[in-house]
Amino acid sequence: MLHNRTMQSHPLVYLDNAATTFKPQCVIDAVVRYYTEQTTNVHRGDYEISYQVSEAYEKTREDVARFIHAEPKEIVFTAGASASLNLVAYGYGRKYLKPGDVILSTEAEHASNILPWFKVVEETGAKLEYIPLTEDGRLTLENFHKAMHEQVKIVAVADITNVLGYVAPIEEMTRIAHEHGAIVVCDGAQSVPHTPTDVKAWDVDFLAFSAHKMCGPTGIGVLYGKFELLQKTDPFMLGGGSNARFDMCGNILLKDAPYKFEAGTPNIEGVLGLQQAVRYLENIGMDKIEAYEHELKAYAIEKLKKLDNLILYNPTSPTGIIAFNVKDVFAQDAAGYLNSKGIAVRSGNHCAKILLNVLKTSETIRASLYFYNTKEDVDRFVQACSEITLENCVGLFF
Amino acid sequence: MSSLLEDPMVLREIIMDHYQYPHNHKLTDDAGYHQVHMASESCIDDITVQSKINPAGSIEDVRFDGVACTISTSSTSIMTELLKGKSIAEAKAIIDEYFAMIEEQPYDPERLQEAVAFKNVSKQANRIKCATIGWKAMKEMIEEWEKNQ
Repeated sequence: MLHNRTMQSHPLVYLDNAATTFKPQCVIDAVVRYYTEQTTNVHRGDYEISYQVSEAYEKTREDVARFIHAEPKEIVFTAGASASLNLVAYGYGRKYLKPGDVILSTEAEHASNILPWFKVVEETGAKLEYIPLTEDGRLTLENFHKAMHEQVKIVAVADITNVLGYVAPIEEMTRIAHEHGAIVVCDGAQSVPHTPTDVKAWDVDFLAFSAHKMCGPTGIGVLYGKFELLQKTDPFMLGGGSNARFDMCGNILLKDAPYKFEAGTPNIEGVLGLQQAVRYLENIGMDKIEAYEHELKAYAIEKLKKLDNLILYNPTSPTGIIAFNVKDVFAQDAAGYLNSKGIAVRSGNHCAKILLNVLKTSETIRASLYFYNTKEDVDRFVQACSEITLENCVGLFF
Repeated sequence: MSSLLEDPMVLREIIMDHYQYPHNHKLTDDAGYHQVHMASESCIDDITVQSKINPAGSIEDVRFDGVACTISTSSTSIMTELLKGKSIAEAKAIIDEYFAMIEEQPYDPERLQEAVAFKNVSKQANRIKCATIGWKAMKEMIEEWEKNQ
């Protein structure tokens, strides 16, 4: 997918996969085919191509369900993980939380799994509490246990965090949360593309993820929810396709989940592209992808550890995210140097702005791997990192 | 223009020096200052620029503070030095020259002095906002001052 791409006159080394991923040809073809051969709306035409597209659209629900071990009726198509999390916050949290109730989260959450809850807290009088993280930024079962109590109604956490890439003990956490009568809302944006997902085994109540971080198109994502919870959740918006019937007095009979959440013409090209992305990843095997990224991360850390100009923040996290800084060089300057060598990384606070209190640094650089990255990519990255000095960063401008 | 300001090694040293030892790098609570907080432009840079412009239209003082990269810090530091003591008209002329340089338009290096160090910033296009963040803050304050006249 990265073949023959260049940046700043160097072959591109793309290490910003936690932000978005490249697309295999089958995904691009599916999107183009929809517009060149299949343009019709779904669920409403009385003619052949509309029927075919509707079938493919619903088949995607089955494919996604199989991919995460859910039922098709538990798969809601949304605009992405942020939209999915907002749907749970507004459609479920705002509806059921009462003053005194608690939402439990962590300081490592992405803005998309915190800001909607800020709003819910403001509107319901519920409270937001944080599970303390360890010194290196991990979420442990022990700390979760201590933070859990009877007032907690919603636990909102990422099973893999976007800055440090640590894996939360989600299965055990869910069991404990359920014992206390709380539901678990899981942000799977960084996990579903990289590791096998089994919502049945984890027993999570909601799971959100985006297609574009797993080789699919942008603007499409998924909310998984246990069917009975989805039935209890209000839709974000109303419109065509979400109602069974309505009358002039304002009585509305909504369809069952997931259809009641999909008002208006949906992102059909996105769904069809997502279908190909899911099948593509399934063909490779999520267990293989996980093992490969783990190995590549270990390979990178082994080499990066030997550079004495670097500070590594998460050498032991098992996933493909590497958070680091270059001593005495501002993160954005270092990222600028890597750009000049054709290497794409992200500097900043990665939309998890409160985590900085844990890391004690205002900025980090994040390199994030995917299955299409190679040891050669890592070698070029390590070589470029070894060259980063303040002089070299400023030298780019002359 | 002094030939020194054409030597890339010298220009690089100027940027590094203004980054490591930024000038006018302290905010004040004194009366008579206006300030602009620049934090929304990008994910990282978070700087505040203050200025004191007297009723006669002369810029008495410019200062700044915050967390920012080499390019943001040094370009803002150089801006404070250049604009301090200038009249509004002179300052506006300098700011216009600076933005012309950044946008690869013809410009007058004499007016820009050390700020010519950023003449190549467009080679790394994603850094243009770093080189202009402090300058935009000052421009905003001058426009605000003019509106209140």
